[in-house]
Amino acid sequence: MLRLDKVNKYYRVGTHSLHVLRDVDFEVADGEFVAIMGASGSGKSTLLNILGILDDYDSGEYWLGDTLIRSLSEKKAANYRNRFIGFVFQSFNLLPFKTALENVALPLYYQGISRRKRNQIAEQYLERVGLRDWADHTPSEMSGGQKQRVAIARALIGKPRLILADEPTGALDSETSRQIMDLMAEINKTGITVLVVTHDPEVAARTSRIIRLKDGKVVDAEHARDSFPQMQAQP
Amino acid sequence: MFDLDKWKEIWATLRSNRLRTFLTAFGVFWGIVMLMAMLGFGSSMNAGMRRQMKGMATNLLFCWGQTTTEAYDGLPPGREVQFDIGDVDLLRRLPEIEWLAPRHQLGGWMNPSTVAHESKSGTFTVMADTPDFKHIVAFEYEAGRFINEEDMKSARKVAVIGSAVRDQLFAPGADPIGEYVKINGVYFLVVGVTHTLRGGQMGDQDANTVFVPFSTLKTVFNFGDHVGFFALTAKPGYDGEQVEKDVREVLARHHRVSPNDKLAIGSFNMFEVFDRFSTFLFIIALMAWVVGGATLMAGVVGVSNIMLITVKERTKEIGVRKALGATPFSIISMVMKESIVLTLIAGLVGVAAGVGLMALADFALENAHNTPFGPPNISLSTVLAAVGVLVVSGALAGIMPASHAASIKPIEALRAE
Repeated sequence: MLRLDKVNKYYRVGTHSLHVLRDVDFEVADGEFVAIMGASGSGKSTLLNILGILDDYDSGEYWLGDTLIRSLSEKKAANYRNRFIGFVFQSFNLLPFKTALENVALPLYYQGISRRKRNQIAEQYLERVGLRDWADHTPSEMSGGQKQRVAIARALIGKPRLILADEPTGALDSETSRQIMDLMAEINKTGITVLVVTHDPEVAARTSRIIRLKDGKVVDAEHARDSFPQMQAQP
Repeated sequence: MFDLDKWKEIWATLRSNRLRTFLTAFGVFWGIVMLMAMLGFGSSMNAGMRRQMKGMATNLLFCWGQTTTEAYDGLPPGREVQFDIGDVDLLRRLPEIEWLAPRHQLGGWMNPSTVAHESKSGTFTVMADTPDFKHIVAFEYEAGRFINEEDMKSARKVAVIGSAVRDQLFAPGADPIGEYVKINGVYFLVVGVTHTLRGGQMGDQDANTVFVPFSTLKTVFNFGDHVGFFALTAKPGYDGEQVEKDVREVLARHHRVSPNDKLAIGSFNMFEVFDRFSTFLFIIALMAWVVGGATLMAGVVGVSNIMLITVKERTKEIGVRKALGATPFSIISMVMKESIVLTLIAGLVGVAAGVGLMALADFALENAHNTPFGPPNISLSTVLAAVGVLVVSGALAGIMPASHAASIKPIEALRAE
């Protein structure tokens, strides 16, 4: 699915250069459910942004499928983000003036699909996250959990092969978090690769593998395990 | 092409800050109203001037005798130059002359004569004219006709009166045709009532004039062969100044006036007047476009400014859109469309207001014959041009904000609050 080979990323702050990612190496296979963990400032969000082609890197190589993601044109990058990747953000990032249905349909708009068709498909995806009745509501009328479901439906509508979630439960209470992670696990079961950035061990425990970052370095990229029962064991 | 979402989105953005949208739109609205007002002002002035000149040949030349200032051909200076019927034949030989009208005013230039009908009387300009004069200044006739060849041949005592003469000498509703008017004690049969096409002072003068056959005045009031002045028009294609020069030369030779004595013969050339008039109108129109256009540009800069702020405020939204697959082109197109829609709506409202303003001015000026302004007239093509200018302005206003929006890196946009 994807492979990083000695990826380095620097941020320039005034005259200083901040080394955010140091020789990051790892692979994720098709259909994996992976957590990227680390303290804040460990570079996990930067890593996710690079994986999502939202940000570029300074050295090394990043392969997404068979493509080397390096200095892509903005247009090509946009196309990849649209058709290959689905994003789920901590703050949902729904457009406030659009209804749930319109928010979900937005990626299809950029594929040039007609409004009618888009809305039909978006309805199916809202149904899938259990929010069919909320289609005509705007985000301000919804709870955090509902917003995140809308965001997940939006991430799925383009039939991506990879879902990148940045602290998807960061703004939610524990019960809602559990439901969202159930949904993510369900998505993963359909064969979509899911990468979740989190600092919450409970969230990480739901995944099949954890990649730990410390000071921009991968300190542990343990192999696949069945973590689901562990989650059940937690108090 | 037509996608309701796009329009809903544009509408939602414009609505999200109504006061700001309104103020921005007002800048464009005001710009286009000013542009139209300026163009209307120019066209009104144009119409006013044309109204004054209506019915008058534009290739017109007047020529009259004055007093010599130089000794010439054995004659002393200070001699009065008096044109006569002999000049008519000489001038007719000039190939560039189209119509030639010798004229004479009873009582001398600018001296009105007393004209009476029954118990009513008034002072009016009495002009001796030939039938050809109607080709030089065109009239409409409220009744009857102008002087004709028969009148000339038989030196008939007939008169064609202006509408103001009729109003003053005849009871309202009375038909003057077939009635007699008394000019300096001699009875003339009224055969026509003119209605002038000219406006302003010249129109007033036409209305207060009584025309009689040149031949009649000559015999009845004993003018001999004298001609007061010539009115003539040049054939198309001849240079006005050259015509004036040729005419003056013929007259100077015939009356033994030094070719260098510019003051002995007076002339007035309408070609030049019309030229100057056209230049003046051109400058007015140019100014209208420059001043109106500049006001409009100020409005457009306002739109650009607001769009820039809007783009800044929507940085996060743009980031989300990019994450979902928006290409730079789609972002540019989104911002440009908003800019064009805002400019166009405000501009079209401005065009409507401008048209309303024109209609008002039209109503006020239609019958105001004594102002230099006529009813303004803005052509459809001008309005379409203004709308075209608006679309281009809207696009121009959008370019900078749009390219700024497109250049924001998705990650930076997503981080923005």
